Amino acid sequence: MAFSIQVNGKTRNIEASGDTPLLWVLRDILGLTGTKFGCGIAQCGACTVHVDGKAVRSCLLPVGSIGNRAITTIEGIGATPIGAKVQKAWLDLEVVQCGYCQPGQIMSASALLAITPNPDDSDINAAMAGNICRCGTYVRIRDAIKSAARST
Amino acid sequence: MPMTEKTTTTNEAAALSRRMLLKAAAGGGLLLGFQVPLARAADAPAGGGAFAPNAFIRIDRLGQITLIMPQVEMGQGVYTSHAMILAEELDARFDRVAVDAAPPSDALYGNPVFGVQATGNSNSIRAFWSKLRQAGAGTRATLVQAAAAQWNVDPASCRTENGEVIDATSGQRLAYGALSDAAAKLTPPADPPLKPVAEFKLIGKPLKRLDTPAKVDGSALYGIDMMPMGVKFATLAASPVFGGKIDHVDDSAAKSIAGVRQVVVLDDLVAVVGDHMWAAKKGLSALAIVWHEGANANVDSAAVRKQIQDASNRDGVVAKQLGDAGKALSNGDRIEAQFELPFLAHAPMEPMNCTVHVRPDGCDVWVGTQVCSRAQAIAAKVTGLPLEKVFVHNQIIGGGFGRRLEVDGIEKAVRIAQKVDGPLKVVWTREEDIQHDAYRPVYYDRLEATLKDGRIDGWKHRITGSSVIARWLPPGFRNGIDGDAVDSAVDIPYDIPNLRVEYVRDEPPAVPTGFWRGVGPNNNVFAIESFVDELAKKAGKDPVVFRRAMLSKVPRLKAALELAADKSGWGNPLPARTGRGVAVQVAFASFIATVAEVEVDPDGEVHVRRITSAVDTGIAVNPDTIVAQLQGGLIFGLTAALYGEITIAKGRVQQNNFNDYRMLRINQAPAIDVHLIASGEAPGGIGETGTTAAPPAVRNAIYAATGIALRRLPIDREILAGRKPA
Repeated sequence: MAFSIQVNGKTRNIEASGDTPLLWVLRDILGLTGTKFGCGIAQCGACTVHVDGKAVRSCLLPVGSIGNRAITTIEGIGATPIGAKVQKAWLDLEVVQCGYCQPGQIMSASALLAITPNPDDSDINAAMAGNICRCGTYVRIRDAIKSAARST
Repeated sequence: MPMTEKTTTTNEAAALSRRMLLKAAAGGGLLLGFQVPLARAADAPAGGGAFAPNAFIRIDRLGQITLIMPQVEMGQGVYTSHAMILAEELDARFDRVAVDAAPPSDALYGNPVFGVQATGNSNSIRAFWSKLRQAGAGTRATLVQAAAAQWNVDPASCRTENGEVIDATSGQRLAYGALSDAAAKLTPPADPPLKPVAEFKLIGKPLKRLDTPAKVDGSALYGIDMMPMGVKFATLAASPVFGGKIDHVDDSAAKSIAGVRQVVVLDDLVAVVGDHMWAAKKGLSALAIVWHEGANANVDSAAVRKQIQDASNRDGVVAKQLGDAGKALSNGDRIEAQFELPFLAHAPMEPMNCTVHVRPDGCDVWVGTQVCSRAQAIAAKVTGLPLEKVFVHNQIIGGGFGRRLEVDGIEKAVRIAQKVDGPLKVVWTREEDIQHDAYRPVYYDRLEATLKDGRIDGWKHRITGSSVIARWLPPGFRNGIDGDAVDSAVDIPYDIPNLRVEYVRDEPPAVPTGFWRGVGPNNNVFAIESFVDELAKKAGKDPVVFRRAMLSKVPRLKAALELAADKSGWGNPLPARTGRGVAVQVAFASFIATVAEVEVDPDGEVHVRRITSAVDTGIAVNPDTIVAQLQGGLIFGLTAALYGEITIAKGRVQQNNFNDYRMLRINQAPAIDVHLIASGEAPGGIGETGTTAAPPAVRNAIYAATGIALRRLPIDREILAGRKPA
């Protein structure tokens, strides 16, 4: 089937069965490889993207269910003020190790700050517990979210 | 230059990354992109006229310096720290260096410790410290010589700074790029003078990592992101029972799925090839596979455990002996304990993957591997091609932890790709990754000790477990002793007059074993430090006081212990069911003391509130990376202590994915304080140290909080809730 989806502000026409998870449309059809595959069952958060600004696990989101809603990926999040602020905090605090989970972490953190501009620890726990980091960068992720929240 | 190395990609990410590189170069002050995707170091640089005095440094006429990284970047920060060492001795501008992955070559890039090109054992800094300093210093000396010849002055009157040679007398300056042609005609000195430590400008500074910018904007490319033109996608199933073979496969349903192109059936696995991963995954689920389960179909965890316990009753090979342990252990009250560790999967966030293009005359392999030359060798073996026709494009790694010291994934991918026209990306599902690992071995440690005057007098430690070294690096297995399996046990830091350490090699039934972050010290530090806490209690002493009194021969560790105790508030009162536990270690040539503070709730759940580590790792090349590695390594160790266990039933791994092979999450992560001790000693290793430190510290904190002496990991909540005997 042919679908028209909105990715990072652009209309993309793709050919896929409607049950194809957005993750594989982004990665394998559109070549947007910044969104990562980690588990395929929405347990790790590596595939997190935004759909109309909300953090969603793309590995379980059928492309046929998206319609005209706006998809934002790690490749596009830097164009939003909150995304840019989060990325800067990630750089300033040197959060990253292997980096594989970090696109998902940044997408979850950006979605959190959009709703909760000054999150406390429990807000951060609630929003970020779905994103596993095997390298264990959690201490810095927490600090970077707070740092991004403080920055203007 | 083989044509295949020019393979272009369809990645938007690659295009973005290139743009970023150009933008950064135009901006001048920004870091250059850390890697040009799929470009090779051996390609002619843009500025032309490469000065390549050794395997690690390329300088073109425009002054672009490319540093070739012998060790793979898997999050530990080695691209940055190795670049810092080279740039330090070279006196290059660090904000203008680019780095690139080394191609396969044991001769040029072999790890001096292993003798093969391998990133592991936390030794990247230690192993390459001298070699990289010499490479940088030799290059610098050659550039000085070229400039001095041009100016007709004594090289001794010249100095270097920020990528320029300067004649102190006349003040003349020449940039390295301008000297590259002349320098290329000279022979670098064999034994160039190295900078005194006091003159280091880069080493010791917390510099920003070169790889971070691309990792926060999605442009970084891992092996799994490779997209050669025309690539197809495959996923596979190997026998769920270890060692099983394919009996037959009915692929009729799979082949009718849209996007499925091919089903590849080999003797021990089946793969579905499709237009994208989704088609391949759907196709794989639609296969009806009948397996020959083979000899391992009845192996289970109970059998594994019984075998290792039985083996641990045998006398082991003596790995270390001091005084008369037999005699000391027969005098007085002998304390005994046994400690056990389970199988563990590595579960790096980047699932196993490998992209391969096999042609009659050559083979390209795109993969993130800790063993680049072995990747080349296995692909050559499978294809029958000569080594020089196998091109391995090593990528940054989305988590290694030892998993990518193995080439099984590459071997499988090449075997599948041989049956497919054009490039093929093979990606394992997470389930396949959990169920077909080379697992951290089960270990069984028997410890015995006697006390005299409040100190340890007799000590016997028998370690039983699989020898990964015997398979992976046979020269490391000597006279029946696995040097890794006894590491941190034969060099136990305490003053113990009568000591005996034994090793029993016992390979588990069916389950393949491999190196896992922390390797041998993981087991030994856990067993020793847990037992020492029990001995302290017997002696009626505080665990810190008991340890400190026996550390007179290891002052660096003693200092770390005192600092960790001080910073953690050791001894301050705590609420009920809350406790602090300490663990010390000399592992990977670093000296570390760690205090964990935990609360054990009535249901037996353990809440780790805070971890404090004091670290003396010698000269800290990039101090911020060291702190980061401790923070992360501690979390990795906590995951193992609180959750990590692979169990076997009917010859199969019972865990599937992150739902039943749990990882610590941010809401469970404690506050972590790392205190770096300034030191001028030679650099130690750091990547695995936190992982060895956390489990015994947490175990001992639980002991302090509850009085329950856990002897096995992961922690058993039933025991801690009082519903099961310890």
